[in-house]
Amino acid sequence: MKIGFYPGCSLKGSSREYNESVIAIAKALDIELIEIKDWNCCGATAAHSMNEELSLSLPARILALAEAQGLKEVVVPCAACYNRLMVTQHELKDDTKREKVTDIIQMPYSGELKIINVLQMLESYAMDKIQEKVTKPFAHKVACYYGCLLVRPHKILQFDRVEDPQSMDSMIKLIGGTPVDWAFKTECCGAGFSVSRTDLVVRLSGNILQDAADRNAEAVIVACPMCQSNLDMRRGAINETLSKPIDIPVLFITQAIGLSLGISPKELGLERHFVTVKM
Amino acid sequence: MENINKVSGDILKHTGVDVSRCYQCGKCTAGCVLASEMNFPPSFLMRLLQTGTADNFERILRSNTIWLCLNCENCVGRCPMEIDIPKIMDYLREQSLNKKKLHPDAKPIVAFHKSFLDSIKKTGRLYEVGLIAGFKARTFRLTQDVKLAPKMYLNGKLNLMPEMIKDRKGLGQIFVKTIDNPKTKNK
Ligand code: SF4
Ligand code: SF4
Repeated sequence: MKIGFYPGCSLKGSSREYNESVIAIAKALDIELIEIKDWNCCGATAAHSMNEELSLSLPARILALAEAQGLKEVVVPCAACYNRLMVTQHELKDDTKREKVTDIIQMPYSGELKIINVLQMLESYAMDKIQEKVTKPFAHKVACYYGCLLVRPHKILQFDRVEDPQSMDSMIKLIGGTPVDWAFKTECCGAGFSVSRTDLVVRLSGNILQDAADRNAEAVIVACPMCQSNLDMRRGAINETLSKPIDIPVLFITQAIGLSLGISPKELGLERHFVTVKM
Repeated sequence: MENINKVSGDILKHTGVDVSRCYQCGKCTAGCVLASEMNFPPSFLMRLLQTGTADNFERILRSNTIWLCLNCENCVGRCPMEIDIPKIMDYLREQSLNKKKLHPDAKPIVAFHKSFLDSIKKTGRLYEVGLIAGFKARTFRLTQDVKLAPKMYLNGKLNLMPEMIKDRKGLGQIFVKTIDNPKTKNK
């Protein structure tokens, strides 16, 4: 199985353990990932907060490059990039916008590329294999945290249930874990305000962790580098605001699956986390 | 009356969203995680837009509401009329920025966005060390997160050198034709 791959900037920098774990489990599940050549940043929140045309052109260049490379399907592990690419493809169905943007990027663009997130990739191509290859069941009680950008806007993404998504929960069950029933599955963690308004991120992410802890989760499982870093890297600041510190780790879904497949914690980048992972 | 049609007409033209469809049920505000921090919550913003007066539009452009919106899309997910508030927020931010009517709360947020885009403009990708340096220089928050950086480095989370894409010229053109183009401002 060959599939296009858009890692995005955080997977090359502060969330490189997500990249490492995606690559490690893809290999174990016989999925060959082909990186889009010369890809650029999708522009994230910055571009669409400042200028609409820029916010469409940056992702359009990525999609056009993937098309030029002959890719039919691309997996995008970062929920924020996934959202931007999907929204752009949707917006460019409008002829006027498409003409304008293809003129800006100076590249042909058909809009035919299939864009999927990591959960969709596993759901479509690897569930049987995962079940077959589980050697060390991930026997833990965990809170599956989807965040906002993986499921919303539902009308465009058409992925999973918008208030109570299930895909990650099913994967956790498949590898031997138990997802807890909790209230913050899709509540926002504060997203890109980590640096500019740390105070708000600390409060929002603190609420999420508190609920996970109250339901006795042993870990929070995520599929977005922003969620991961807000809940993990900001833990020091979050704990300063809580009456009792929370020490539950935050794992990418690919790391949880990797562990169940018997891949070493080192290969999955588990020691890169701020909150120690002992699982 | 002309004024009234202009504000909501501009929103419709630029975002495709018809603000008159909001019937003030308040579901957007009930689900918004930052409503309590905002000068006025999302449903109130919709009401102000519906009045269509220039005064209220000015109030919106000068509010912290538009900058505190995280674009988490919860409001549109829950709105019975499927009104795309985050899309309106994008448009209002662009207007507020171009017309230089920023609320003081917007300063660090805009500084962060600008540093982010600077990094992409130069290298094609986000260079996190450069982003933080740019943000600190813009906001004079020189000591923020100094404790975090060494640990990030030890955990292998910081690149000391930016990754450059090859076609930086093509990428630069995207900026020249969009955000850096004076003609796209104030449109
Ligand atoms: S949820 Fe929709 S209809 Fe209800 S107040 Fe908000 S925008 Fe208006
Ligand atoms: S998109 Fe903005 S206004 Fe809507 S719920 Fe999220 S933060 Fe609130």
